[in-house]
This record gives sequence, C-alpha cells and structure tokens, in this order.
Amino acid sequence: MAKKPHDTPNLDELESGPWPSFVTGLKRLAQDKDSVVDLLGHLEHSYATKKGYWKGGTVGVYGYGGGIIPRFTEIKDENGKPVFPEAAEFHTLRVMPPAGMHYSTAVLRKLSDIWERHGSGLIAFHGQSGDIMFQGATTENVQKAFDEINEAGFDLGGAGPALRTSMSCVGAARCEQSCYDEGKAHRMVINSFLDDIHRPALPYKFKFKFSGCPNDCMNSIQRSDLAVIGTWRDNIRTDEPLAKKWFAKHGMNELVNDVVAHCPTRAIQLKEIKDVRKDATVSSVALSDTHALEIDNRDCVRCMHCINVMTGALAPGVDKGATILCGGKRTLKIGDQMGTVVVPFQPLKTEEDYEQIVELGQKIIDFFAENALEHERTGEMIERIGLANFLEGIGLDVDANMVKSPRSNPYVRTDGWDEEVAKIKAKKAAA
Amino acid sequence: MATAPQQMRKPKETGVPDNNKQYMHPTLVKNHGNWKYHDRPRPGVLHHVAHSGDEVWTVRAGTQRQMDVYTIRKLCDIGDQYAEGHVRFTIRSNIEFMVSEEKKVAPLIEALEKSGFPVGGTGNSVSMMAHTQGWLHCDIPGTDASGVVKALMDELYDEFKREEMPNRVHMSTSCCEINCGGQADIAVIVQYTKPPKINHDLVANVCERPAVVARCPVAAIRPALVNGKPSLEIDEKKCMCCGACYPPCPPMQINDPEHTKLAIWVGGKNSNARGRPTFMKMVASGLPNNPPRWPEVATVVKKILHVYKEDARSWERLSDWIERIGWPRFFEKTGLTFTKYLIDDWRGSRANLNASTHIRF
Repeated sequence: MAKKPHDTPNLDELESGPWPSFVTGLKRLAQDKDSVVDLLGHLEHSYATKKGYWKGGTVGVYGYGGGIIPRFTEIKDENGKPVFPEAAEFHTLRVMPPAGMHYSTAVLRKLSDIWERHGSGLIAFHGQSGDIMFQGATTENVQKAFDEINEAGFDLGGAGPALRTSMSCVGAARCEQSCYDEGKAHRMVINSFLDDIHRPALPYKFKFKFSGCPNDCMNSIQRSDLAVIGTWRDNIRTDEPLAKKWFAKHGMNELVNDVVAHCPTRAIQLKEIKDVRKDATVSSVALSDTHALEIDNRDCVRCMHCINVMTGALAPGVDKGATILCGGKRTLKIGDQMGTVVVPFQPLKTEEDYEQIVELGQKIIDFFAENALEHERTGEMIERIGLANFLEGIGLDVDANMVKSPRSNPYVRTDGWDEEVAKIKAKKAAA
Repeated sequence: MATAPQQMRKPKETGVPDNNKQYMHPTLVKNHGNWKYHDRPRPGVLHHVAHSGDEVWTVRAGTQRQMDVYTIRKLCDIGDQYAEGHVRFTIRSNIEFMVSEEKKVAPLIEALEKSGFPVGGTGNSVSMMAHTQGWLHCDIPGTDASGVVKALMDELYDEFKREEMPNRVHMSTSCCEINCGGQADIAVIVQYTKPPKINHDLVANVCERPAVVARCPVAAIRPALVNGKPSLEIDEKKCMCCGACYPPCPPMQINDPEHTKLAIWVGGKNSNARGRPTFMKMVASGLPNNPPRWPEVATVVKKILHVYKEDARSWERLSDWIERIGWPRFFEKTGLTFTKYLIDDWRGSRANLNASTHIRF
C-alpha cells in the first residue's frame, strides 16, 4: 500500500478556501488506497490537458443487467499500458437511497465500511438521479461490494435504457406543506417496477419523481418523465394566531408587497374585516383588529407563494392529492421539455389511491416501451405523436387543465367533433 | 451472465429500502404528516412545530458531495455526539441533522463549523450547487464538476451562510450540453464551439452508424466511406456543435482543450411559486474552460448575483426580477453583452420573440 503520490499542482489549488474540499478527502483516502493515488494522478492529467479520459464498457453483477457504471482509463503509454494502473478500472455502483434520503449514522458507517473494504472509499451523496454513488471499484470487486451493500438492505439503481432511480422530498416526515405521503408513493411505485430498473429494456431512460407540494423541491417537473406533485382541491387553511403574529412582526408594507402583490392570479386581497366575503370557496383570516386577508380559492392556482411567506398562518387544504405531469427532460435531442399535466388531480388518501399511480405508471411505461423510438424520451414521444393521441393510448380523458390555452391554428381535422361532444357529455351524465 | 457459476449469490431485489422508518429521526416518525408550521431561528437552522406540540430543529450544513469515508465518519461522529444519530441529505447534497431539543442546536453548529462544514443553505441563501461528475468520473465530460463547484462555493461561502438574497438561489453546473445539472437560477454549462473531429479509423469498429445519424438534432451527420473505410461525415454548415453524437460514438471527438467553452444561463426554476416553472436562458458564452479555479466564470456569476441582490425586491426569484426589469436592463446592469447568438432559432423560437410594443425605455 501507500504508493508514492503523484504531483498534483492543479488539484492542490482546490485544497485552499473555506468550502469542504473533495481533493483533501481524496488525499486522505490515498494514504491507504493506491487506487486513489492513481485517481488523483488521473484527474490531475485532466486538469492539465483539459480533457476527460474515461470510457465505458460492460460490467455488471450477477442477475442484473444494469446499475453499474463501468469506467476504464484511456490514459495509456506508448505500449498501451495504463499510466495510472491502480485506477485503470474505477467503476461506480448506483444504489437507490431510502425515500426522503433519511439515514441513521449507523447505516452510513456500515456502508462506509463496506466501501472501504471493496472500493476506493469515495461515495457521493447523491447523484443527480438520486443514487448513492459508490465510486471506484475494480471489475473483480464490484460483485463483492454489491453483495454486502445488498445484504445491508440496499439495492442497485437504474442505468441505461431503463427505469431509473427515483427521489422523494422530505415531505410528510418534516414539512407542513406536504400533500401526500411521498415516501409511500415513491416506494410503492418504484418497487413495482424493479424488473424495468434491473434489466434495461426500454427505448430510453424513464424517471419518476415525487414532490409533496408545488414548490417541487425534487425538481420533478423538468427532471422526470412522470412527476407526482402534491396539491389540494379545497380551501387554503388559515390560523389566526399565527397570522396575527406574522403581521405584527412584518407589517403592512411587507404584507402588501411580499404577499398580496405576488399572487399570480390576484386571488388574494387585503380587506377591512367588515368587507370580507362569506362564501364557501373563500378563505379569510384576520391580521389585526381591522384588516384581513381574503382568498378566493376558485381563482387560486396553488402556487404556494403566500403559504411559503406566511407558513402556518396559511396552509394547504385537507382534500389532498397530486397533480401528475408527464414528459419532463433536458436538452438532447429536441430541446428542453417541462412535464405537462396528464392527471389534474389524483386523490392520495387510501391505499387504492396510491395503487392508481402504480397503474398509471404501468400504462405509461407500457405505451412508452411500445411506441417510443430508440433513444426517445416520453416528452419527445408526446411531441411527435401529440398529447391527444398519447392520452387515448393510455386511456385518460382530455381535460382543459392540460393546456395553457386551446389551439391557435386551424390545422386539425374536426369531422369527429359532434361524436366527441356527445361522448364527453354522456360520460359526464353517467358520472 | 447465463454461464455464471452456481456459487454466484442471487441478488435480493429489495428496491427502495422499505425500512425507511429505521433511518428516520423518531420525532419525524411520530409526527409524520402532522406538521403545523416552521420558522428559521437563524440561517442554517429550521424549526418545525407539529400539531402534537412536538418540535424539531434541523441544522443544515454544506458538504463536498464527493465524500471520502473519513468525512462521512466525521459527520457521523458529530451526528452521534451532538445530534441524535439521524441525518438526511437534501437534493443539493447538504446534510441535515435533526434534534429534538433547542439546546443542542448551538453546540451542534459549533462542532460542524469547527470541522469545516459550513452551516447554512436555508431560506433566501445561495445553496450548494447541483452538479455532476465531470473529469473525475464521467465518460463524456467537457470540464470538471466538483472542481468548478469547489471554486465557486469558496467565493459564495458567505452567501451560503447568510439569508440575504431576495429569494432562494439555486445553482447548477453541467459538464456537457446534456445538462445533467438541470434548471437553475444560475447555471454554468459547457458550450462546444467547433464541430467534432472524427477519428475515421475507429468509427466502423466503435459506432453503430445509423444510431449516430439518428442522434443529430439538425441532421448534419451522414454515413460515408473515408479512406475506403465505413465512417461518418458532418455537414459543418449545419452542425451547431451540441455534442449529441459523441456519447454514442466517442470517435466523434467534441472535446477540445481550447474550443470547449463555458456558458452562463439564468432564470430557471422548478417551483410553481408565483409564475409557472421556467427554463433558464443563455446570457453569456465563450468563457474559457480554465481549471483549477475557472476565475472568468466566477467573475460573471458573482456579478449577476451581486446585481440581483442589490436590485431585486424581496421574494423576487431571479426570473421574477428579470421579468420586472426586462432583458435589456438585465444586460445593462450586469455588463453582459447581448449578441445574435442569444436570439433563439430552434423550433418554437418565435415564441421567444417580442410580439408586442412592450418596451421599457
């Protein structure tokens, strides 16, 4: 052990400054691990030449087709021998985190010990899809590390054209804005599709993400094919003591400029108490002896702003569930796509409600598997075939909540119009 | 794997750990789904109150994300000695320690800071940057990730520890145009400036040519015979240098020490608060890929942050602020130059043009 360190003048620069330094951490590992000595040399070479030098390959564990990110060095000498031989194989295990990314210190120590035994000792909490990334094992040690991590209660995540690892926010565990049990939905959905995670066979990646409210702390709307974002249908709840406390501390200017003026649909108004409307869809709360906030919940789009500013004084309603959006992704190939609404409101209270998300997920994955082109994400597929065809394919009814506005061009064949109207009216009458 | 020997251990397909509650802090388990409100006694600390009357204090600290086991054990030691043995990570790789007594907060903060973990990242602060793998471990990176983030967070350290921004600031970096870092208020993303150089000797053996042709967003790639070998060629007039062909075909070498540049994007957000979620917009490009500390990038990022901090009204997210002041004033105030390259010409681009007489003079 303890191979002589390479000179790393560029990386050394990243040891100064107040933010925790990953270089300092790597150097500590390098005292015991020759693979990290060579990893530092490898990375320094990238810094010096401004290029990357890893290539992929095929490495896996017994029984699974995915979940390992193979990395082989491309820095070779004139004889084709690796310049940094101890880091010539530096594979990553992607491991699914617990919902909400909660850990006991005991389990973190256990995972660290396993990775110290079989890998480099470098772990990322977490990758951009949510995986715990155990980085730096030789091909031989990948299986050993996985066996122990698996015995500790953890399983590999997704890679390649597969269902991917998911994430859920802290949600109901600690947040008053949570609109459903994010961890329950996360586990139920993902654990229903483990075959699609472990044996990649989809046209391309498919991601679920779970956020408990429209603040979308999991960035699900642009980072997932199916985003489950908590919301509510009934009135915003109010708490007078907390509202008065907020107002006493912040005053009229902040109330008007920071709360009322920022409401995107002008659903919230400042009123004298005597003028507050009494209506089944109006929420109101007194702020002082003279003034109150009045919210017309029919106009409210559940954006969360006023609730974020006046937490506790205002709160989501009790008829809770989620809006489900489909098709979010980033740039390649057709450009950025946000997910768009496919289910305006899915109640999430009973076991059956949660099972409906699994069923919807199954339908969409099946449709995706059959209809997407190779390397096409759901957002691209929907753009290619049109939302109406997609909805028909997965058996969802159209809803005006799915569009920002109706179409602004006449390029559509409408000879089925009367039939569609009759069908929708009959369905409404039967409901 | 069909020929695997008998002694191979079969995986337990357990999926997402279903014993989450053994990892979760007991006060969180007890009050699951029953929280009333929270406040922030100081930057880096959240105080949540449940309907039951139970309270929990959360202390949030920045980490380097790419952690060695010694760092993880240090955090565990702090978690055992000064907190209650339960932690969680945020999406931005901050660690959170939950404690059920207020008196534990100050010693916990002191222990974290003494060990070099900055306490902050809550409320209207600049939180830790979402980032990717880069040169450390990615197979297609144009730059590094952890190093860019370390360099920038050193400069933004005070803003992480304070809550002095108009609204929260989320940042990201991405080492190629795929943008694994995602939408952010301010993002640093690789922008290639030259078409890939093709190693024609390797294409036939390494690449599935029709798949590579299909990847190109502008249909600039076609199969060709080069020096008698099957290869690919690029219509360089069509190519907009996105690098999409490189992952399926590494001989399409897009990375270049000089011509791989960095671009700055602003105004992305995922939250639905106030306006709808927004995509970020490119506002600067051509910045040099300059390790180990990328000072030119830091200068632009700090300038944008500084102007936003000075000029935005409270609760205006970066995108809200620009919506109020308009793009011309954004460029004027930040000293950045609006060029023809920032006029969208991709599909749907006319929606980004100003179809009105709404102009601020």
